[in-house]
Amino acid sequence: MPAFSFNDTLLLATIVFSVGLAGILVRRNMVFMLMALDIMLNATALVFVAAGARWHDATGQVMFVLVLALAAVETAVGLGIIMCLHAHGRPTLDADTGNLLGGQGRG
Amino acid sequence: MTPLPALVLLPIVGGGLAWLAERIQPHTASPARDASWWVALGILIVETLLLVLVTVRHPDHAGPWLGHFSTPWIPAMGIAVRLDMDGLSLSLIWLSLILCFLCLFLATRQVTVNAGAFHFLFLATLTGIIGTFLATDLFLFFFFWELMLVPMFVLIAAWGHEDRQRAAMKFFMFTQGSGLLMLLSILGLVIAHYRESGVLTFDYFTLARTPLSPALSMLLMLGFFTAFAVKLPVVPVHVWLPDAHTQAPTAASVLLAGILLKTGGYGMIRFNVMLFPDAASRFAPIAMGLGVAGILYGAWLSCAQDDVKRLIAYSSISHMGFVLLGIFTGSRIGMQGAIIQMLAHGLGTAALFLVAGAIQERLHTRDMHRIGGLWAAMPRLSSTGLFFAVAALGMPGLGNFTGEFLVLLATWHVSPTIATLTTAGLVLSAIYALRMVNRIFLAAARADLRPVRDIPARQMAVFACVMAFLVVLGLYPQPFMTFSTPSPLPVTDVTGQTAATP
Amino acid sequence: MGEILLPLLILCPLVASMIISVSAGRVGTCAIGAIACVGVGLSAILGIILSVMLLSGPAAGVLPVVLWRWIHVAGFSADIALTLDRVSMVMVLVVTVVGLLIHVYAVGYMREDPGIARFFSCMTLFVAAMLVLVLASDLLCLFIGWEGVGLCSYLLIGFWYDDPANTAAARKAFYMTRMGDAALLCGLLLLATAAGSLHIGAVLAAVADGQVAPSGVNVAALFILVGALAKSAQVPFQTWLPDAMAGPTPTSALIHAATMVTAGVYLIARLHDLFAMAAPVMALTAVLGTLTLLMAACTAMVQSDLKRILAWSTISQLGYMFLALGCGVWQAALFHLMTHAFFKALLFLTAGAVIMRAGHEQDIFRLGGLRHAMPGLTAAFVVGASALAGLPLVTAGFYSKEMILSGVWHVHFGLTREWTLSGHPLWGMALLGAFLTALYIFRCVFIVFCGKPGTVATGRTSRLMGIPLGCLCFLSLCGGVIEMPDTLPPLHLFTALLDPKTPLSHADEPVWLVLAGALAPLAGLGVARVLWGRAAPVMREIPGQAAITRLARAGWGMDALYDLVFVQPFRLLTWLAHHDILDQAITGTGRMTRAISGRVFRARAGFLDKLAVWGTRARGWAGHLLGRLDNGRVRWYAAWIAGGLCAGLAMAVLS
Repeated sequence: MPAFSFNDTLLLATIVFSVGLAGILVRRNMVFMLMALDIMLNATALVFVAAGARWHDATGQVMFVLVLALAAVETAVGLGIIMCLHAHGRPTLDADTGNLLGGQGRG
Repeated sequence: MTPLPALVLLPIVGGGLAWLAERIQPHTASPARDASWWVALGILIVETLLLVLVTVRHPDHAGPWLGHFSTPWIPAMGIAVRLDMDGLSLSLIWLSLILCFLCLFLATRQVTVNAGAFHFLFLATLTGIIGTFLATDLFLFFFFWELMLVPMFVLIAAWGHEDRQRAAMKFFMFTQGSGLLMLLSILGLVIAHYRESGVLTFDYFTLARTPLSPALSMLLMLGFFTAFAVKLPVVPVHVWLPDAHTQAPTAASVLLAGILLKTGGYGMIRFNVMLFPDAASRFAPIAMGLGVAGILYGAWLSCAQDDVKRLIAYSSISHMGFVLLGIFTGSRIGMQGAIIQMLAHGLGTAALFLVAGAIQERLHTRDMHRIGGLWAAMPRLSSTGLFFAVAALGMPGLGNFTGEFLVLLATWHVSPTIATLTTAGLVLSAIYALRMVNRIFLAAARADLRPVRDIPARQMAVFACVMAFLVVLGLYPQPFMTFSTPSPLPVTDVTGQTAATP
Repeated sequence: MGEILLPLLILCPLVASMIISVSAGRVGTCAIGAIACVGVGLSAILGIILSVMLLSGPAAGVLPVVLWRWIHVAGFSADIALTLDRVSMVMVLVVTVVGLLIHVYAVGYMREDPGIARFFSCMTLFVAAMLVLVLASDLLCLFIGWEGVGLCSYLLIGFWYDDPANTAAARKAFYMTRMGDAALLCGLLLLATAAGSLHIGAVLAAVADGQVAPSGVNVAALFILVGALAKSAQVPFQTWLPDAMAGPTPTSALIHAATMVTAGVYLIARLHDLFAMAAPVMALTAVLGTLTLLMAACTAMVQSDLKRILAWSTISQLGYMFLALGCGVWQAALFHLMTHAFFKALLFLTAGAVIMRAGHEQDIFRLGGLRHAMPGLTAAFVVGASALAGLPLVTAGFYSKEMILSGVWHVHFGLTREWTLSGHPLWGMALLGAFLTALYIFRCVFIVFCGKPGTVATGRTSRLMGIPLGCLCFLSLCGGVIEMPDTLPPLHLFTALLDPKTPLSHADEPVWLVLAGALAPLAGLGVARVLWGRAAPVMREIPGQAAITRLARAGWGMDALYDLVFVQPFRLLTWLAHHDILDQAITGTGRMTRAISGRVFRARAGFLDKLAVWGTRARGWAGHLLGRLDNGRVRWYAAWIAGGLCAGLAMAVLS
């Protein structure tokens, strides 16, 4: 008998996910944005685990491990990009200073 | 233990090693790019030895298949790693390896920027190609089909010439888009089979036995056909090819023309004609019309080009038209002619691209108006170019003629009018081939031409090997024809009985 | 024994060619010439040995050699196979012996040229290809040689590639013959489909058995005829041969006079049983041959370039051969082919030597009076001219032309069952042609060698060039006595050689027929003597024919016609093709796609940006919004993704 009902867990996950999303949208510091991203990933992982417990299927936990690995990789790459930016002479963590995503010639 | 998985995996793993090799010894006396080159060469030699092993080894079991490998991958979906090799795939893999050696000896040494990554992508493409030729699981086939696309895209986009990004994008769009249609067809076929028998599988041999309604099989066949037609290329969807060939670095042009186009022909033989024999025979008139259109249109456009590589690219379209025509004549002769044509075109056009690459490397231009009279300066390169141009125009005694003649013979059985029309393509081929020879090699030497050095004797020896191959294909094609016949499913099976699993 | 020697016959010049091309630049001029001559010489010796072996065998003996199986598929097979029979034996001897003489001459002629290695590797390769063509017992195998000689011809016409006119002539020759080759290939495909094989014997047997429908026989014969016409520069394909004189003179002698251009004649002679069953095609062959011989003779009359005169005379003589083929007397065609190879090679080589010593002057009106400066060459040229004109009794050309004329006189074309056509009109025209031949060639002789001295002759003709000329003189004079008309002592060595069973004989032939054939060249000679033989010639040009002259000089307008019908439309088409139309169409669609994908690559050209720009111009809100969307900031992108996701979810839930 689980300590929490499935619905409660889903609600929690949604809240956590929203927190993460808000973090991404609101914070301009890239490190905080990465952390927010991790929070979002964890929210989805929580749903997997809860679903695994709900249907007594180990796949949910397998997916949790996968998400864990994914989060680690994502953080590593994200931090790597930040380091790389530092090395190239942009000692700022403000995400809004970069707009090259829109194309190369953008001012 | 069958060496098939090793055959597929070795290039990409070795490519990784080649990349690392460049990183590991950046401070030694020899330039770093040599390290990755040597690793790549070693990998190719090991790969060749493996292939020799496969070729000479007696198969474990009776039957036409030379090798078989199978292990579950995603059993829940019926997806497995199934690799099978017959004469057709074996000969095409041989062609790929020969061309890779050619590239390695004649083209990749000139890559100075990031040579390790170049070799990695080069070998990764090879993995995709070999996998495509071997996979008999449709999902795996699609996987390799896409795998070969990505490294090639990067090769063009990163190492290409002036307008590379546009060309790479065009290449990617066309092949990717058509690949998606093929994926839809694959899924459609699998679902149809599932509905019929309740078994979810991507196995080629099982799916070949799926009974399909005529309309559905035509629809599914068209999905496959579109993907292969883009790769081959067939005329209305050929437009990615001239740009991609022209802008790609020499080694990538060779791979593109030599092998990537052949995956289209291979797919048509193995998947279009063999999986859907009825639909293919109903579709044959249209396909043959497209083939003739390709032959004439490609040759016509080739006559008008001023860019050497573009000229060769359009001539490829013309030659691959013969392949399409041969495959859809629905007879064994046409099929064999198409296969010989693929092998000969692979060798001949690859060599032409290498010649064009050598010219561009020396003169820094591909515009035929600005090249001229190279014979006096570079007799070796010029005679090589002449030889392969003559092969391209279908000189009897060289490989292309054997293929073209067989295709024409098969076409004549179907329709003498189409065959007569096709021979007009031969006249056009003489025009573009000799136009190229006359502009580049046999013309008055240009005064502003800087002194250039001829290709060294070692490279000439490599070219001589290719010439020998072409002569053998032209004068003694019989072993190749018997050997490279696609084995299990009868080519034109009007009755629809497609049995014989490995 | 013969099985080994026969492939060697082809291999010798082929190996010589390879050695020369590989060793180019490393060995001296003399060595290159020596290798070439040894290669061709060995093959000439082998040819003679094999001929002796063949003739000492049984009467109808052949020497077949199947080397290997070439293509063997369901319903069709072809072998790399050679056959030495009596027809091919004659050709082998002509090719190797005349080829050897020309090679020896060429060593002297080309000694100074820097590209001598390329020249001799092409020449020996040509001999090898020609031998393949001659010896092949399989039509597909013959096609290897057929295209091979075309390629060598292309390379040799454009040998001096510094002049664009030469390479243009080379390409013209190749394109024109290639058109014929395409037709020939169609004919081969038809026969292969019907007979399941292209082995000459099998094809002829299938045709005789009626496996090929009569209409099929006619169509196949027509296709093959077109191929032969193109190769042999007959009407309407004749325009390439005069231009082909841009090549070195030994090339003109070997390829464009003695051997390659006769390949069409040889092919039809090989397939004469097939053609015999296609009566309309035979009639067409004869008519085209007659047309060609008259037209080319008239053209030769008004040319002023020495080599072009010879080129047109080659076309004219080939017309005789086609006339003979059309009339079914293929033995006469082969006989004339042989003698023509002798005297035309002689004429070309002599002309080459004359031109070389006269400071590369080819205009006959600027030459002149060379009789005293070069008596030997004059004699050789006169011998060649007499043989070409067919002066009675003493020249080879007389006997072969006589044989053709008598064959034409006796022929009846059975076009349909009730409608037959007599050969007499054709005979009359051929006789007129004989008169014209003597007229134009002696015009040339008198203007070049008699009359007022023109250019100053320098140097000497080297012995290497002299000896082949002597040999060819002998052959041109005495090569014809092996076959004589029945009115003279009936001697039929040549026809007996070709076909021992049914020798060609017209015992009932009227005497005046031979007399007419003998008098026509003499009349031509006389008229030429009167018109141009004096020190002050009666006239330089033929009077009152300026218009015809102009027309004839332009090859009877065929060049212009081809230009109008083929070249200009093709130019237009290629001009159109400079931009791939389909590419344009698809690029139009592609541009839209690219505009969207341009967010990744080129935002400036991007679709949304354009919208934004338009939007700004129109002060519209949509443009602003869309432009805002694409600001390149990560957080905005994340917000849009989240918003889109929410909207999607909401739609999914609410609907």
